[in-house]
Amino acid sequence: MIALVPMIASTVVAATPLIYAALGETVVERSGVLNLGIEGMMLIGAVAGFAAARASGSDSVGFAAAAAAGVALSLIFGFLTLNLQTNQVATGLALTLFGVGLSAFVGHNLAGMPVERLEAITIPGLSAIPLLGDLLFHYDIMVYLSVALFVGVHWFLTKSRTGLTLRAIGESPGVAHAIGKPVLATRYLAVMFGGATAGIAGAYLSLVQTPMWVEGMSAGKGWIALALVVFGTWKPARVVVGAYLFGGVTQFQLFAQGFGLPVPTEFLSMLPYAATIVVLVIICRDPKTILLNQPASLGHSFHPTT
Amino acid sequence: MLRLERRPTPSTVMSYVSPLIAAACMLVTGFLLFSALGKDPVEAFYLFFVKPVSTSYGIGELLLKTTPLLLCGVGLALGFRANVWNIGAEGQLTMGAIAGGGVALWFGDSDSSLAMPLMLLAGILGGMAWAAIPAFLRTRFNTNEILVTLMLVYISQLVLSWLVHGPWRDPEGQNYPQSQGFGDAETMAALISGTRVTWGIVYALGLALVAWIFSQKTFAGFRMQVAGLAPAAAAYAGFSERRNIWIALLLCGAAAGLAGICEVAGPIGRLQQQISPGYGFAAIIVAWIGRLHPIGVIFGALLMSLLYLGGESAQMGMGLPSAITGLFQGLLLFYLLAADLFINFRLKRVETAAAKPAAPAAPAEAAA
Repeated sequence: MIALVPMIASTVVAATPLIYAALGETVVERSGVLNLGIEGMMLIGAVAGFAAARASGSDSVGFAAAAAAGVALSLIFGFLTLNLQTNQVATGLALTLFGVGLSAFVGHNLAGMPVERLEAITIPGLSAIPLLGDLLFHYDIMVYLSVALFVGVHWFLTKSRTGLTLRAIGESPGVAHAIGKPVLATRYLAVMFGGATAGIAGAYLSLVQTPMWVEGMSAGKGWIALALVVFGTWKPARVVVGAYLFGGVTQFQLFAQGFGLPVPTEFLSMLPYAATIVVLVIICRDPKTILLNQPASLGHSFHPTT
Repeated sequence: MLRLERRPTPSTVMSYVSPLIAAACMLVTGFLLFSALGKDPVEAFYLFFVKPVSTSYGIGELLLKTTPLLLCGVGLALGFRANVWNIGAEGQLTMGAIAGGGVALWFGDSDSSLAMPLMLLAGILGGMAWAAIPAFLRTRFNTNEILVTLMLVYISQLVLSWLVHGPWRDPEGQNYPQSQGFGDAETMAALISGTRVTWGIVYALGLALVAWIFSQKTFAGFRMQVAGLAPAAAAYAGFSERRNIWIALLLCGAAAGLAGICEVAGPIGRLQQQISPGYGFAAIIVAWIGRLHPIGVIFGALLMSLLYLGGESAQMGMGLPSAITGLFQGLLLFYLLAADLFINFRLKRVETAAAKPAAPAAPAEAAA
């Protein structure tokens, strides 16, 4: 049991960036917009957060800069898909390619530089509880904030008036527009929210998990976050459960290596990617699951004037 | 005042002009970027776009890098036209390289004339097999091919990494993660002496031609175009969606696999951990620049190849990071998507009482 504690703790840390990115994308997709650019926004967030944290010496500044960079990139996506009605799949791919290129370009001087790792916070009393303290109260602030984000997103999508409007827009933008709902403004805000969370997710990689800047360091996590949204059938609670499962899968390889499992490391590293495929197959196998849960207008352009 | 107005029918002219607008915008951005970095923009432009192709060796390099981009781009364009979003050409390329490279290693130093044809065949089959996975999962389990093809990119790269670190590592390679060098009969000779360009470019151009005939003149090609342009009409006409998905993915897998084996049997000459600087991803942009048309893709591939060469040249000549290539690639696709607005819309002058016809800048700028 004691041996499981570090495993669970590292799973939580591995899952946290996925939670940020996937919860943001959940909101974006619930508004009917498919943004495939998470990977690009994460990388930009990672490099911006790293650079800002190094320059300022403050992790909060780093995360704020990462969120701002993610928003900036998401605005390009928003302008193209929402105003110019470009194909969302193509534009999302462009965003990822652009983010990969831009982050490598901006960050070429930062590779290999050190940065102070965001420290875990100790909560007086709670952290000292045997076992439970190690299990629940030994994380950095971003882990707790990710839980808060989940609660917030869940409340927003199910209880708040704006959240219900957002969902209506995702199902039927034409009807929502006809009854006077601001389709474009809502979608813009959703896209920006997704940009901010993806940026934070990226900064979590470069400030907590690694902590340093490496070109292309997100290594497909943005795409896994996209798969998690499908896996969670666009529901925040399931998305978070999925993220923890995936965090576990990514950590499993480290422990398997530790235990000396006679499997080449490359095969263990394949696990998260293979698991993504398996999970998608399980969820998509029944077309009804997708039909009933996927926002009806997902990926379709809508413009009030045309 | 200018306003956007929907055209009655999409403009064919604009669909050809739009890549030029995008390229021009990319150049302007490049000019500003070089200036901002404190480099002389004229010198930078010369280093980036002219110097790499100012010698016959340089032209050879241009065609060499065009080969994988063109092969993957043609394959992707066929799929995109049919609404099949295969974005994992990079993985299919890697698998082609592994399969073909495996055959090359099996032949060793043999000078059998069978070696090269079998390697090419294995490369093609390797790419096809890798593309068959998303085709099967999409047609059988309704699984989104975007995510599956992308995940398979990472998996294929790990397979390659395992092979060159483990079973296929050159025992005399001083522990470098690479295989033995291929024998002479297992390496593609230069097509033109004094350059490194191989027969691969001929295969690629041939494939572009075949793809053009396929999409324009055959019923299967027609079905795929209808499926892309009007899915409902295709379904009503009884065109099988499954068959389109299979054809699109297998053709692209074959082309990308061929690109992979042409790379490792050509300029690289062995299997190693890194065999492509993202050709399979850049080919997505190539397909778009080429208007998803096999002949247009040739121009797209040449342009993208020049961006790769320019990035290397700028790195050597000015100390700019070669990542600038990726930046230009991304910008180009953004500009292209934006410029495509004018295929379906046009600017129209609207006379209003208050506004004078003065400010064309705002909408035009917004559209660029």
